[in-house]
Amino acid sequence: MIIFQNVTKIYKMDDHETVAVEDINLHIHQKEFVSMVGKSGAGKSTLIKLLTGEEKPTKGKVSFGSYNVNKLKPNELPFLRRKMGVIFQDFRLLPNKNAYENVAFALEVAGRTQQEIMEFVPQALEMVGLKDKMRNFPRELSGGEKQRVAIARAMINHPDVIIADEPTGNLDPVNTWEILKLLLKINELGTTVILTTHNKDIVNSINKRVISVEDGRIIRDEEEGKYILV
Amino acid sequence: MLTTLSRVIKYGLVGFWRNGWLSTATIAIVFLVLVGFGGLLMFNSLANIVLADIQDKIDISIYFKVDAPEDRILEVQRALESLPEVKEVEYVSRDTALETFREQHKDDPTVSQALEALDENPLAAAINIKARELKDYEAIAGYLDKESYKDITDKISYAQNIGVIDRLKSIKSTVEQGGLLLIIFISLVAALIIFNTIRLAIYSNREELAVMRLVGASNFFIRGPYMIEGIIYGIVGSIMSVIMVTIGVFYAAPYVKIFVPDINGWTYYLSNFFMFMSAQIFFGVGLGVVSSYIAVRKYLKI
Ligand SMILES: Nc1ncnc2c1ncn2[C@@H]1O[C@H](COP(=O)(O)OP(=O)(O)OP(=O)(O)O)[C@@H](O)[C@H]1O
Ligand SMILES: [Mg+2]
Repeated sequence: MIIFQNVTKIYKMDDHETVAVEDINLHIHQKEFVSMVGKSGAGKSTLIKLLTGEEKPTKGKVSFGSYNVNKLKPNELPFLRRKMGVIFQDFRLLPNKNAYENVAFALEVAGRTQQEIMEFVPQALEMVGLKDKMRNFPRELSGGEKQRVAIARAMINHPDVIIADEPTGNLDPVNTWEILKLLLKINELGTTVILTTHNKDIVNSINKRVISVEDGRIIRDEEEGKYILV
Repeated sequence: MLTTLSRVIKYGLVGFWRNGWLSTATIAIVFLVLVGFGGLLMFNSLANIVLADIQDKIDISIYFKVDAPEDRILEVQRALESLPEVKEVEYVSRDTALETFREQHKDDPTVSQALEALDENPLAAAINIKARELKDYEAIAGYLDKESYKDITDKISYAQNIGVIDRLKSIKSTVEQGGLLLIIFISLVAALIIFNTIRLAIYSNREELAVMRLVGASNFFIRGPYMIEGIIYGIVGSIMSVIMVTIGVFYAAPYVKIFVPDINGWTYYLSNFFMFMSAQIFFGVGLGVVSSYIAVRKYLKI
């Protein structure tokens, strides 16, 4: 479903260049749960940005389903992104919208009707355990709660893939496990999940595919892998 | 599409409301800029009518010798009428001049008695000429200075008026050119200030714009609400500015009347009110919408 073919990304700056990822070949299938690990600066977020179309590869091809991601124009990207749910370390909720409105927003941009929104949003918030905090604004929610709102928002459009870039980076162990359980549950229901993390315990206990990245290259890719960094 | 449009409008209104302080500040700036623009527009058009009015009062006259035969005077009149620079020619015969003179002094017995004492009309015939443009007076005066007219003409008033005409000429061109330049300049400054204000407002929301893009919002969905806000800024700002300028003209009109009694600034303003208001709203809303459109653009590339 997701294919990276000979992908290289070089960030060009005024005085120098950074090779963020180099010659990546990667295949992720439907319903997989993939963890991506690697040192800071290894290139994990870059791989994710190439997949969401935030960055264009310098070389190579990124495809997602029938989309050729690196060929999409800015006005075509929204359609790709409605098939993905994205989750970030810093939550990225809209600060002026409460929990309900943040989740509803993803449905609104997809042009869903008001009835659908009124039906689906409470369901999604219930699934992440936040039904009673629907009217809270992000500033009135804890980190773990914010991340659960973000998960509800990410899954509300029934995306083909959930992409989570260090979703537990700012959370304590209890909340980390809560979030991970949610991601596993979403995966069980049939959605592909891509997770980047620095959390060794998580990776080692879930027994899923692990991709290790170092200096912009994939150095290890194992089904039921472990968190091993040299 | 209709759902999207109604959501865009809703978010525009909500954004306007939630950013209360920023919206107020933006409107205040749109308002100030438009008052400057509108005040200048008013001042310029008023200056133009005042000048046109003064210009209309200016003419030059040729006075003929008392014994000049009337057919030669009429010949001069016909010649003048055929000049392209001439707008209006008025022949005042000796009899008419006397009539007017009598009329003006009918309450003054000494003047009437003096006139009775003379057995002949002492007044000369004259032709009053109005030119199309101020600059044409010189050419007309030059034309009248011909050798063939010397024996019948007494004097031409151009020489006395030349100072006034020249001054008026230079004031007029200053007002016309300076006014136009100033209007262009103010419009540019206004556009820049409004654009920058809106750009700052959007800049402070740039992270939200990125999030919206990432959850799949289309450009229209993101940009639309800002354009709605831009429209609101324009409408509210220009309505306030129209009210302000109206009050200003109302209080300033009497002072204009002191200088130029023939002009009623207030009625002039009222008769042009619709055009003025449209210009303000068009300028305000146009600036608001275009600024929003451009300012959001660079955040839609993600
Ligand atoms: N926008 C950018 N412009 C220039 N260089 C960048 C940019 N984004 C990332 N880089 C560089 O690319 C390299 C890979 O960065 P990336 O963010 O992908 O790492 P990462 O694996 O996600 O790290 P972390 O675990 O800390 O999140 C780094 O050297 C980084 O400095
Ligand atoms: Mg990263």
